[in-house]
Amino acid sequence: MAEKLRETPLLDELQKGPWPSFVTEMKKSAAKNPMANDQMGILERSYKDRIGHWKHGGLVGVMGYGGGVIGRYSDLPKEYPECSEFHTIRVNQPAGWFYTSEVLRKLCDVWEKHGSGLTNMHGSTGDIILLGAKTAALEPTFSDLTEIGFDLGGSGSDVRTPSCCCGQARCEWACYDTMGFTHDLTMHFQDELHRPAFPYKFKFKMAGCPNDCVASVARSDMSIIGTWRDNIQIDQKELNAYVKGGRVDIQEDVVDRCPTGCIKWDGKAFAIDNSNCFKCMHCINVMPKALAPGKDRGATILLGSKAPIIGGALLSSVLVPFIKMDEGYDDIHELAEAIWDLWGEHGMNRERVGEFIQRIGLGNFLEQIGLDPEPEMIMHPRTNPYIFFELDEEEE
Amino acid sequence: MAATPAKRTTDIGPPHFEQFLPPVIKKNYGKWKYHEIPRQGVLMHVAESGDKLWSVRAATPRLMSIETIRLFADLADEFCDGHLRFTSRNNVEFLVVDEAKIEPLIARLKKEGYPVGGMGASITNIVHTQGWVHCHSAASDASGVVKSVMDELFPYFDGSQKLPAKLRIAFACCLNMCGAVHCSDIAILGVHRRAPAIKHELLNSQCEIPSTVSACPTGAIRPAKVDGHDSVEVIEERCMFCANCYTVCPAMTLNDPVNDGLSIWVGGKVSNARHEPMFSKLAIPFLPNNPPRWPEAVAAVKNIVEVYAGHARKYERMGEWIERIGWPQFFKLTGIEFTKYHIDDFKHAGETFRRSLHFRHSE
Repeated sequence: MAEKLRETPLLDELQKGPWPSFVTEMKKSAAKNPMANDQMGILERSYKDRIGHWKHGGLVGVMGYGGGVIGRYSDLPKEYPECSEFHTIRVNQPAGWFYTSEVLRKLCDVWEKHGSGLTNMHGSTGDIILLGAKTAALEPTFSDLTEIGFDLGGSGSDVRTPSCCCGQARCEWACYDTMGFTHDLTMHFQDELHRPAFPYKFKFKMAGCPNDCVASVARSDMSIIGTWRDNIQIDQKELNAYVKGGRVDIQEDVVDRCPTGCIKWDGKAFAIDNSNCFKCMHCINVMPKALAPGKDRGATILLGSKAPIIGGALLSSVLVPFIKMDEGYDDIHELAEAIWDLWGEHGMNRERVGEFIQRIGLGNFLEQIGLDPEPEMIMHPRTNPYIFFELDEEEE
Repeated sequence: MAATPAKRTTDIGPPHFEQFLPPVIKKNYGKWKYHEIPRQGVLMHVAESGDKLWSVRAATPRLMSIETIRLFADLADEFCDGHLRFTSRNNVEFLVVDEAKIEPLIARLKKEGYPVGGMGASITNIVHTQGWVHCHSAASDASGVVKSVMDELFPYFDGSQKLPAKLRIAFACCLNMCGAVHCSDIAILGVHRRAPAIKHELLNSQCEIPSTVSACPTGAIRPAKVDGHDSVEVIEERCMFCANCYTVCPAMTLNDPVNDGLSIWVGGKVSNARHEPMFSKLAIPFLPNNPPRWPEAVAAVKNIVEVYAGHARKYERMGEWIERIGWPQFFKLTGIEFTKYHIDDFKHAGETFRRSLHFRHSE
């Protein structure tokens, strides 16, 4: 399709400089695809007008699913007709974002056939994002995607596409199999992922260790982060090599930076007071050859993080201090379902589970889902004396 | 609508990851021993078996054409038996088992315009949102700001400039924050500054008035009859520009070419290393939208990075450094003006007021 490229003098400025340019990407697509060409034109127009030109989505999707497609229309359909309908398709990524060249080419072929040729690898939630499909192309795209083994991800008030770090596939610190668990969870909750039935979105993110490379604690309603309970493993031979190598100042970089002060170092041997270690990962991060997480590994489950809209930003907080992750995942499936039952019945429209807990109280929430309160769940006990005592009949 | 195909499959879920793993990963899954960074942009993982895997990390603009994905596929075939992955920060990683292929791959990536870097104590790709490229509620573009900032900070990506610790930057084009902006070392956040302009003639046909009223977290919206239309009115002094009403009702428009812009936040983190996870805090309440290169925002971010790089101790993240020196010193060192907008006035704001006399007086 040798069509004249839209003039983009402002965007052209963003092809300069060492960082890879998204404008170059748009031009690569625009050279072959009229939708991408008009999309580039409308972005240039935004750079000139200093406002966006996209409207709210309408209800578009594929048959039988309530999520996976975000409707998007432009407010300048006459001037940029080829991108007046420019919907987003969220495609559920394989756990850990590993691909072969073969499967990537198949995805590209589907998208060349049906859409703009523009993508995000990946969106913030983790999905493969196909950017820019017309309404009539949605069902055929979906059909071709399932043909090559892919399905849609979540959108709207449903389970959003679970995502995870690369875990045990390529990291010695992974305290559980994040990719295996993520795949299990995604398959187990296909219905909840494709058919929105919650008060609002519900995200899962799986991180293999307390470094949390997928920002699980900040970006998921349920954060499942790997940790361990026993002693940090020390390889004395490798520790000696660090001493000899001289690249790490063990006293200053490791011992003095330990937040609990639980390491003793006499220039030769390392003594860790593991009963005082709170598993922060710092010493292991600095000396990955000599130190490793313990052997009694599992995960901590935290709940409730979200961005500001509506009641303010939240980080997840501890719900289950420690759970073994190598004995099946039934307990976690049941925990998620218990939370959804309660929040589904009593949560308000567009109220995330973290806000719901703040409204009804963590104590009440635990009681309703059948978990006992534990001191690991809080920074400190309450400071205010306004306690909602509940007396049973005998006490009265 | 195209005809529904005869054979229709649903709920198959994602393809199982195992079929995409290179043999060295299948063999050593869960049995990795340690890793090193032999040079910027290359991770070497060593398994208990002694097997080695090198991951070569290259930058991408996140917004990518299928032409580029096909290029990556070709490079993967040529240098690593067709195996690659993407990272949580939108980098691409080529999974190499033949050490001799690392340098030729890096040279090819450079030639094609995808430089390697972003490991360890560095600045890596900026997690960001769609902006004007594709979002209805964006108060700014995302890709353009990210490109401009990363061009300027490129020496911190390729390793020619050093940092005390890793520095994670994130960008979100509105308060919905599709990205971990609220827990990043530096966050750039698009903001609106004017109450919604209401399309009264459309509101009642596009929206439910009760849900529009209840969408407002500050109670600033109430039902009203305007020019004969059933509509709503906004008590402007109560509006905090969150745009939640706009998400519920498209007739409550927020976009404003003059008053939309960017804010800068600092000191957040998600890892548990040393210090617990922290929120980002406000550094600069507003900078103008100035496309195509946003010079004010780029200069502001660069200044904060340089002051941090010059003052923080080794392994100290932005938030840990600021906590050590105190916020008064942060504003003094960076030359950023402290204003009334820096003082919280939302829920639980009082928890952020100082109760101690622990000042580090200087001069």
